[in-house]
Amino acid sequence: MSTTTETPRITPTPDDGTGPGQRPSTKASSSAFSFAQLVAALPGAFRKLDPRQMVRNPVMFIVEVGAALTTLIAIAEPFIGRADSAGQPLAPSFTVGIAIWLWITVLFANLAESVAEGRGKAQAQSLRATRTSTLARRVIQYSQTDASAEATAIEEVSSADLTLGDVVVVVAGEVIPGDGDIIFGIASVDESAITGESAPVVREFGGDRSAVTGGTRVLSDRVVIRITSKPGETFVDRMIRLVEGASRQKTPNEIALNILLASLSIVFLVVVLTLNPMASYAGGVNSIPVLIALLVCLIPTTIGALLSAIGIAGMDRLVQHNVLAMSGRAVEAAGDVTTLLLDKTGTITYGNRRATEFVTVGGATLTQLVSVARLSSLSDPTPEGSSVVTLAEQMGHTEESVAGAVIVPFTAQTRMSGLDLPDGSQLRKGAGSSVASWVGSVSPALLAELTSVETRISQSGGTPLVVATRDSTGKARVLGVIHLKDVVKEGLRERFADLRAMGIRTVMITGDNPLTAKAIAAEAGVDDFLAEATPEDKMELIKKEQAGGNLVAMTGDGTNDAPALAQADVGVAMNTGTSAAKEAGNMVDLDSDPTKLIDIVRIGKQLLITRGSLTTFSIANDVAKYFAIIPAMFAGVFPGLAVLNIMGLHSPASAILSAIIFNALVIIALIPLALKGVKYRAVSASSVLSRNLLVYGLGGIIVPFIGIKLIDLIVSLIPGF
Amino acid sequence: MTANVWLFIAQLATIAVILVLVYRPLGDYMAMVFTSPKNLRVERGFYRLIGVNAASEQSWPAYLRSILAFSAVGILVVYAMQRVQEILPYSLGLPATSEHLSFNTAISFVTNTNWQSYSPDVTLGYTVQFAGLAVQNFVSAAVGIAVAVALVRGFAYKRSGTIGNFWVDMTRSTLRILLPFSVLAAIILLAGGVIQNFSGFQDVSTIAGGSATIPGGPVASQEAIKLLGTNGGGFFNANSAHPFENPTPWTNMVQILLMLVIPFALPRTFGRMVGDNRQGLAIAGTMATLFAVSVSLMTWAELHGAGTAPQLAGAAMEGKEDRFGIIGSTIFGTTSTITSTGAVNSMHDSFTSLGGGMAMLNIMLGELAPGGVGSGLYGILMIAIIAVFVAGLMVGRTPEYLGKKIGAREMKLASLYILATPTLVLAGTALSFAIPAVRSDVTSTSIWNPGLHGFTEVLYAFTSAANNNGSAFAGLTANTPWFNTALGVAMLLGRFLPIVFVLALAGSLAKQDRVPVTNGTLPTHRPQFVVLLLGVIVIVTALTYFPVLALGPLAEGLL
Repeated sequence: MSTTTETPRITPTPDDGTGPGQRPSTKASSSAFSFAQLVAALPGAFRKLDPRQMVRNPVMFIVEVGAALTTLIAIAEPFIGRADSAGQPLAPSFTVGIAIWLWITVLFANLAESVAEGRGKAQAQSLRATRTSTLARRVIQYSQTDASAEATAIEEVSSADLTLGDVVVVVAGEVIPGDGDIIFGIASVDESAITGESAPVVREFGGDRSAVTGGTRVLSDRVVIRITSKPGETFVDRMIRLVEGASRQKTPNEIALNILLASLSIVFLVVVLTLNPMASYAGGVNSIPVLIALLVCLIPTTIGALLSAIGIAGMDRLVQHNVLAMSGRAVEAAGDVTTLLLDKTGTITYGNRRATEFVTVGGATLTQLVSVARLSSLSDPTPEGSSVVTLAEQMGHTEESVAGAVIVPFTAQTRMSGLDLPDGSQLRKGAGSSVASWVGSVSPALLAELTSVETRISQSGGTPLVVATRDSTGKARVLGVIHLKDVVKEGLRERFADLRAMGIRTVMITGDNPLTAKAIAAEAGVDDFLAEATPEDKMELIKKEQAGGNLVAMTGDGTNDAPALAQADVGVAMNTGTSAAKEAGNMVDLDSDPTKLIDIVRIGKQLLITRGSLTTFSIANDVAKYFAIIPAMFAGVFPGLAVLNIMGLHSPASAILSAIIFNALVIIALIPLALKGVKYRAVSASSVLSRNLLVYGLGGIIVPFIGIKLIDLIVSLIPGF
Repeated sequence: MTANVWLFIAQLATIAVILVLVYRPLGDYMAMVFTSPKNLRVERGFYRLIGVNAASEQSWPAYLRSILAFSAVGILVVYAMQRVQEILPYSLGLPATSEHLSFNTAISFVTNTNWQSYSPDVTLGYTVQFAGLAVQNFVSAAVGIAVAVALVRGFAYKRSGTIGNFWVDMTRSTLRILLPFSVLAAIILLAGGVIQNFSGFQDVSTIAGGSATIPGGPVASQEAIKLLGTNGGGFFNANSAHPFENPTPWTNMVQILLMLVIPFALPRTFGRMVGDNRQGLAIAGTMATLFAVSVSLMTWAELHGAGTAPQLAGAAMEGKEDRFGIIGSTIFGTTSTITSTGAVNSMHDSFTSLGGGMAMLNIMLGELAPGGVGSGLYGILMIAIIAVFVAGLMVGRTPEYLGKKIGAREMKLASLYILATPTLVLAGTALSFAIPAVRSDVTSTSIWNPGLHGFTEVLYAFTSAANNNGSAFAGLTANTPWFNTALGVAMLLGRFLPIVFVLALAGSLAKQDRVPVTNGTLPTHRPQFVVLLLGVIVIVTALTYFPVLALGPLAEGLL
């Protein structure tokens, strides 16, 4: 069992995944979208027009080719004459209008991607500042015999020249030159450059807090560090690549979706290519710009334009939560997670046992017990001790400590701590058996009473701490028991219920005995628990779950967590953890807050939902576009088809142009949604689907009918249309 | 009119009741056929003969190779028999057929299409009909069922490299399902007045005093498998409109049921084999809804036939048999086109534009409500995969169907499946008009009704061929080198390309483990999923075919 060093905070997070969960910090603001962002992204959008880049997005590439072709025709038209379409003349500015709007469509798609990337760029900028080359003091021929490296020769090199396995010395005020593990010493480190958290953290040799990150600053003391990263592959380097989206690879679901979009595009390409030969028989041949317009309206441009922006924004949302995913694949896997392994300590409970109750025995009064318990704890520095004081003060006990009292610290031998007062009386609190033997003879009745109280407390998941005194005459007596309890964090029960509704099972991992574990599991509302768990047990559990087809997510920080982190489908390493753990996991939580796993799952789901919803919307849009374009294409030859013009669009030219304009505008209108993500509630899949089908499916059919009609009203004012 | 509506409802209700009664026992029986480890003695003999170990299963490529080899041999045999018809016994003195017609007919029957570019009763003798075509009527249907069962195994198996044994599946479908039920059906049809003899051409004197030559033949036995195996190739050119094939409204009803019974029971088999009957019910429900809507629309179109003649006659009776009436014709027409049968008891060419358009739309939907034997089930499951993919993303999970993840490979195969047929239909139709030489041949020889209707006829022909339906819009002379060849190619690719994709998908599904069902899993057995699946089927089809439908039946019907 590993524990985290700082008392972790709970970060209650509202449904849309933004809010107090993310800290105000050096990070870019998460406000979804602004006009300024659009303007800033414009140059990038133009650069992306390069066909070599566009070809990676087949849907938008088709639009670009169509735009280029229409532009050529628009330029040639004044010289070669304008072709009629299906026997009807089109407005002189028709081809030009289509060409312009097709380019705008492509540009809007690029804009979406640029805006999404822009947010990451700002973060990368601030991270880069930490990566500037510093001077490192490298130990020449480090040896174990001189662990502190005080007697060994040291050379000064640039931090960029450090390689794997080098050992460096860093003292207060210096910047740590690279990622590594402390192999000697202890220091407080300012990691705000990376985590945004201004409070310094302690890093020391041994244990699970030995990892340091390059670019952070040592505030006190002197440490010897072994470098664990290659140049150019440090944590910060990886972070920069991630937030910039440079190392972004398409995730499995994204690839599958791209295949669907590409094949829909091919179907429509076939539809459009075969249309004229067939129409020629009936005398309804259409001009090329009209056919291109039809094609662009039919292929799923909306989702094609926004797909990569959705992916980038998903990663970005994680970064807003101070979580770094090493790959988009991991983010997606988070959405699929079916089993969540949560460490009890620090995640489900506050990690420190707290006093919650005083129980008197043997006729002692509550005042006596509380007073003694408080006095004996006043100089007890442990969290347990201070919690006793806090509870006592809440009950109105504020007696000053007695001057001249001698502190008896806790030792593993005595298993007690307390206070020896100047008058010769002694106050003790400690484990039941130790206190009993310290007291000496205890009447059988009292012993029975004591045992029953202790058993009750143990069974409820708590720890009993027996309080006793020995007055100056040497007469000892047991006063009662302090109930120390692992306090379950507030609000967790509801979150686990949410998870259950989402179809995710939570399993609590604890080193406690099964009895205690069971009580805490019941209190916290987790679905299952693993008691007296060793790292091997944890690994076994993960493998067992995976064999049953489950996807497992877990958090960990210690080196002994590393194998399990690597085995889990989503392994979130705490930033405070060892570099082995950080290396093994596929995400790193900079806040080292294990409860964040729940937010990560939510973000993963939201990413997929956004993609699915916009795909549905995009395909549903085609219905209205058909009703705009088909009558416009053929009503000249077959007047009966005018019946299909149910929107009552002004003219064929205005109908086609309006459909194209709608097609472009809907992209820009949906950028905020793509960046922010579709709203996600923790309910069953069935009700999520119903809602999204209604909003994006039915909405996707209805909205363009209204949109195209409105645009047509404006377009029809243009002379010639 | 009201009487018609009640008649329609009564007939539809009768069909529904019988299908509901048969759904469970037949579906369970078929599931047992394909999961039972026991072989009949005759089957064991057959396996020994062809050297197959019935106990060993095949990987998907092996399964596919077996189907392709089996079908290739089938095509060669049927082709050769037609080419040497004059030397075969019982040829009734008919000559060998032309190269392109033999090519077309061979492919047509092996692909379960049964498109007939010729008048069968005056073109093919008994030997070709019996030893060639009737055999294919059985085994081509068996191939369809085998492919469907292989796909179902893909869902049912876990971490398996195999998807069953084609030879076992094919033999069992033939011997344990198609053959016994055909015998039963033939007896029922015989009782209903369908002829069964070997008397060749008979010269008879008509009542009016003239003389006519009437061909006889083993019609009832052919008829049974024609419908049960959703084949559709009739003994007579007039198909089920001919009084010897389909003499009464009563036999008409039997014929409709024969077409529907296996395709509608296969979803039960599917549910049974994947261990969740509700999944089968959802698929059957989707099929039934689509069928009911389609048949209602076609009936409505025919009852409200636009134009002078229909108005005077009270309904669009041209090309329909008086003994079946509008209702008997539209239910048969819908059933025949929405399964992959293609049999006709009335001339679809003479339907109103919108009614004929519905027949075409039924085929364009991919014939999956309930579709052909086997092909209907695998067709709708492929679309279900697309539906599950989009819906799965919308609930925030990597999409999965029956616990199988729909990843890039599955999506690629499902996409190719939905891409294949429309491409064949549209490219075939377009080429008929785009190649100048072909165009002049098509317009001068084949199309009898110039203009929109002529276009619709060509579109219908390619739609029917690529979807392996086989019904003809009539009015189009298809026995030309271009149509025989082009439609032949369309039938061949329209049958085997999808099968390649289905089997590849079955293979990749079988390899997967099954993801356990949780609250976060998209439920695929509820009405919600039925609605979703219907939406995807209609939208995907409508989007693909809307422009050509607008050029053909819609432009014609809305003139």
